[in-house]
Amino acid sequence: MINYVIRRLLYTIPIVFGVLLITFVLFNVVGGDVTDQIAGKAASKETRDEIRAEYGWDKPLIFALDSQFVNHIKNAVTFNFGRSWSDRERIVDKIKRGAGPSLSLTIPMFIGTVLISISLALVVAFLRGTVFDIIVVLLCVAGMSIPFLSFILFGQYFFAFKWSLFPVFFWPDLSPLQYVALPVIIGIAAGLGSNLRFYRTVMLDEFRNDYVRTAFAKGLSTHKVLFKHVLKNAMIPIITQVVMAIPFLFLGSLLLERFFGIPGLGYLMIEAIASRDFQVINAMTYIGAILFVVFNIITDICYSLVDPRIRLE
Amino acid sequence: MNNKPTITKKQLPKGVGFWKDGFRRLARRRMAMVCLFIIFAYFAIAAFIYLAEAFNWQLSIVDWSSQVGEEYQPPSKENIFGTDFLGRSVLRKTIYGTKISMTVAFWASIISLLIGVPLGAIAGYFRGWVDELIVWLYTTLSSIPYILLILAFALVLKDKSISFSWLHLGTLQLSGITSVYLAMGLTSWVGICRLIRGEIIKHKEREYVLAARSYGCKNARIIFRHLLPNVFHLIIINFSLRFVSFIQAEVILSFLGLGAKNQPSWGAMIDTARLDLPKGYWWEMTAATVAIFFISLALNIFGDALRDSLDPKLRVQ
Repeated sequence: MINYVIRRLLYTIPIVFGVLLITFVLFNVVGGDVTDQIAGKAASKETRDEIRAEYGWDKPLIFALDSQFVNHIKNAVTFNFGRSWSDRERIVDKIKRGAGPSLSLTIPMFIGTVLISISLALVVAFLRGTVFDIIVVLLCVAGMSIPFLSFILFGQYFFAFKWSLFPVFFWPDLSPLQYVALPVIIGIAAGLGSNLRFYRTVMLDEFRNDYVRTAFAKGLSTHKVLFKHVLKNAMIPIITQVVMAIPFLFLGSLLLERFFGIPGLGYLMIEAIASRDFQVINAMTYIGAILFVVFNIITDICYSLVDPRIRLE
Repeated sequence: MNNKPTITKKQLPKGVGFWKDGFRRLARRRMAMVCLFIIFAYFAIAAFIYLAEAFNWQLSIVDWSSQVGEEYQPPSKENIFGTDFLGRSVLRKTIYGTKISMTVAFWASIISLLIGVPLGAIAGYFRGWVDELIVWLYTTLSSIPYILLILAFALVLKDKSISFSWLHLGTLQLSGITSVYLAMGLTSWVGICRLIRGEIIKHKEREYVLAARSYGCKNARIIFRHLLPNVFHLIIINFSLRFVSFIQAEVILSFLGLGAKNQPSWGAMIDTARLDLPKGYWWEMTAATVAIFFISLALNIFGDALRDSLDPKLRVQ
């Protein structure tokens, strides 16, 4: 087990290197020197040189000991992403500040979606082939086809603006419970279609197995078959889906945060896109990739915990 | 006595090929056919706008930029979806947005297939260090969260110009939607590449590949003439299911201001409608939502039907 984890961790080194290579090519080679954009057109030569020196654009690109590429890797490994172009705040501080609001939005949304869609999927799979099943599947496909933006806009308009059930926009005096409630509900509603359909397929695959028939034949109650036998066996695809979604929780929700003014990481990225702040996007990309790689390993470890047939070699 | 076998040609059951069988199953699903019609209609609208622009037809339905009435008119007989803040017809804007969306989704799909399919086939066929390199490349790309990757690409590629002067081709100006579909195409080939690689690994041990090799076929011929036609149904299924995600991604990117400029697209319409909705002007938002809804629904249902009819694994059940 420990050997396996160590080997997997070693295997992530080329992956992380690849991620750094991609962000380097994107932001340093293709994006390049954007001194003009930061300094403005009227800036003096000294200011420009100062900015160039701070971001290292005066250094050679790759082939040197103190090149941009070496510094790119050094900064990433030490999590030192420099300062934002727009307001000169350190990017690490920005990210730390945004993580709280983002997580308070995405964690309830995630737990709600998973619980509701898995329990509904069990019911739907049990009633497979009936009218109820067909209606639910049709509703799922219809829900998947409505753009996420429309869910947010109409939801905000009706629930918050017209019927005043929830606050329309983030306000620092509000308790998190208040300003997060509506975005969470909208997020769950928008994600339910695709999730429910996915879990239904997973459950149906399990229902076809012989052990389900055996369990019913020996007289077990429906409740017991569903929750003790089917759910346990369907755990592998569920774990993959669930654990691999966790890194995305840290990234927040780009659109929900923008519409409800929640000052999380999604909002940070929107601001960065608007001001073309490459450093922030670079930092977020790197952190997102690291989280993804780590949770990939955790998924594999979870497999062996849930299913004794799987051994980590 | 006549020794001829008594079975005549008529009595023999006619063999049905894979594609004919698949499409026959597909044609039997009425729902899928309706969806196919809707998809064709969207493509036809996009093609029509291209034609109208190329030949400079003066048609009122294509002319989205002219004023047709007062600003913010609710839906009426003259303007089915009302008018926007400059008194332009929302219906015409929606129709024009079809062109942008379909163009972006089409080219993004083509780019991702052109990268993903050959890479997957080469990795699966040759294995060894080529395989390891390609697997490393797509594992790396797939470990960056998709939305971030596509944002980073779109952000960097926006308003860039790539010089092809060394090829004597001039420069390619990445304005507006070009950078959008390039970003989507360059980031989304991972899924199809992984799929094709897995299938090729399975297929290359089969007898028909051995037969082809014993005839003396070159590797390239085996890959492109023998192996790829046998996994082609996967490419089609992937294409139709992927198309939806491209359309939805285009909406989000143009909403974030990374998409088409000075041209109406569904995402840009939703962005303007964001501020209009609280004032009660709901029609522009609704028009864009309806347009996106029908093409996504049609593609979702048709893609599923296509998979059910063409995938031999599902056929057994």
